[in-house]
Amino acid sequence: MLVDEINAAGGVNGEMIQLVMYDDGADANKARTFATRMVEDDEVVAVVGGSSTGATMAMIPVFEEAGIPFISLAGAVVIIDPVKKWVFKTPHTDRMACGKIYEDMNKRGISKIGIIGGTGGFGKSMHEQCVDVAPDYGIDIVAQETYGPKDADMTPQLTKIAGTEGLQAVLNPGFGQGPAIVTRNYAQLGIDVPLYQSHGVASKSFIELAGDAAEGVRLPASALLVADKLPDSDPQKSVVVAYRDAYEAATGEPVSTFGGHAYDGFKILIAAIERAGSSDPAAIRDEIEKTTGFMGTAGEVNMSPTDHLGLDLSAFRMLEIKDGDWTLVE
Amino acid sequence: MSGLSVRTATLLALALIVVLAPVLFPSSFYYRVGALIFVNGLATMGLVILVGYAGQVSLGHAGFVGIGAYACALGPVYLGLPQILCVVLGAAISALLAFLVGRPILKLKAHYLAVATLGLGILIYMVIYNEGWLTGGPDGMDVQPLGVRELLKDYGIKVGSSELWYWISGVVLLVGAFVALNLHNSPAGRALRSLHDSEVAASTIGIDVARMKLTAFVISSVYASVAGSQVALMNRFVTPDVAGFIHSVELLTMAVLGGAASVMGAVVGATILTALPQVLTVFEDFEHVLLGLIMMLVMIFLREGLVPSLARRMRRSVS
Repeated sequence: MLVDEINAAGGVNGEMIQLVMYDDGADANKARTFATRMVEDDEVVAVVGGSSTGATMAMIPVFEEAGIPFISLAGAVVIIDPVKKWVFKTPHTDRMACGKIYEDMNKRGISKIGIIGGTGGFGKSMHEQCVDVAPDYGIDIVAQETYGPKDADMTPQLTKIAGTEGLQAVLNPGFGQGPAIVTRNYAQLGIDVPLYQSHGVASKSFIELAGDAAEGVRLPASALLVADKLPDSDPQKSVVVAYRDAYEAATGEPVSTFGGHAYDGFKILIAAIERAGSSDPAAIRDEIEKTTGFMGTAGEVNMSPTDHLGLDLSAFRMLEIKDGDWTLVE
Repeated sequence: MSGLSVRTATLLALALIVVLAPVLFPSSFYYRVGALIFVNGLATMGLVILVGYAGQVSLGHAGFVGIGAYACALGPVYLGLPQILCVVLGAAISALLAFLVGRPILKLKAHYLAVATLGLGILIYMVIYNEGWLTGGPDGMDVQPLGVRELLKDYGIKVGSSELWYWISGVVLLVGAFVALNLHNSPAGRALRSLHDSEVAASTIGIDVARMKLTAFVISSVYASVAGSQVALMNRFVTPDVAGFIHSVELLTMAVLGGAASVMGAVVGATILTALPQVLTVFEDFEHVLLGLIMMLVMIFLREGLVPSLARRMRRSVS
């Protein structure tokens, strides 16, 4: 959709963009093969993609060796920390989501929390990050429990957490159906401290699955989900509203943050190619690194040689579920 | 086919393919696909010994692939071993595990055996997936290089990663084929094949059924493990997917598609299932449909698998 739009407008620097697209199926081995194919056979000048961390990590050596700029769409911090010369990414990290949640807890005077985490890739990674950054925000983790991605009942873990002395809030990093079950069990048990979910469940289907139990749950999320609710003064509003409308018109499906990450990556890349004035991969790479003040669906991006992500905590909005819909917490 | 035995003919054909195929390669991407075919072919050959010769099904073979792969990922980090020893270590661990687990498992038959091996594979996968402190968990971990390229660089020879692995995996495949073919014609191989037809008949003529099955299981686990090590070293990165159930099924499909009792069939099956997705990228959305269709057609019209069925047809038309 974006490529057609740009080519119809005359391409970049007078050259048409040719899009080469493969589906790695989040399989690291396949991703690696396609990466080789892109570099060796299709001779691409830059790559946007790799929405799972494993696939991204498997592709990095190929692009590093060939000197092709690569904008990843996966979540984990390891992709850009330590900084790799040719690798960038657009989605905010789990660590930032933890930071955002803790910031909100600080505001509400919460310092003792319990964590119930899923053991799937996302939940596990975020759980670790949240434990890791907790001291920076003066958060004390008093209880920790985990559940499997396919578990159907988390009452025992929650009961254990609820019984911990001095508990002020519970955080649930996880993805898929798990967090919805946690939310339901949480309401059934009548635990009366606030429940925090992660950006992993920031979709309408979570509210539908969790039903009334979701009422009052808070979570950090991309501005994209609450495009309409942002105040008009918000500099991000026009970007996310435009993207959402275009996406929904083109696909007929409700917008998701994953598509937004790809959109951001693509926009950053095209802008960099324009500034570079050529399709030389090295020149494009240098320009991607100089991206500043770019307003994307994930937030304002300011890259630098030491920061190949360029987002800060303001990229996340704190949401609360009220009457079956998202509302902004400020 | 008069002067040439099947063994020599197969080996010659394989060697010719390995040596001559690069003539047709326009870029090093093709070397990469070639290397993947050889590695998958090797793992599939292990299954040919187990499934085709001995008639036992394993739905957990990717577990051994995973052990081989993670041996190369973990060995240098925790034990300080050079990579080549890690390959051996992975194979040894796989063989030992196959030996210990195989004894009780192989007493089972048909569905029960399939389910037991399935369980074994999933257990190995879960250990790799869940023990994040050791294996990096679902996000995978880096693998240190084999060091061959650096060595060659010292001698002034620069060779790309894909090219190098094409030749390494090609040679390993030939060695694997040599062993598998020799086994086929040895007394042990004949004993194995007799199990395939009838275990009762085999035991009446004095074959130790349990021991032969165990041997086949251990040998095939070593094939899978070496293949796994190669994948890890070639990609320089591993994720738990290599040990996953889907991968087990893929390997088994390769074996059955090519012809479960044929060494050449293993390579043909691996070629089809590895190369076809690359060819079918043109069709994008229909990729899986076409793949499924091809497999169904082969299963319906060429029931012994591609290679044995076609070989028979050719022989019939000659005579």
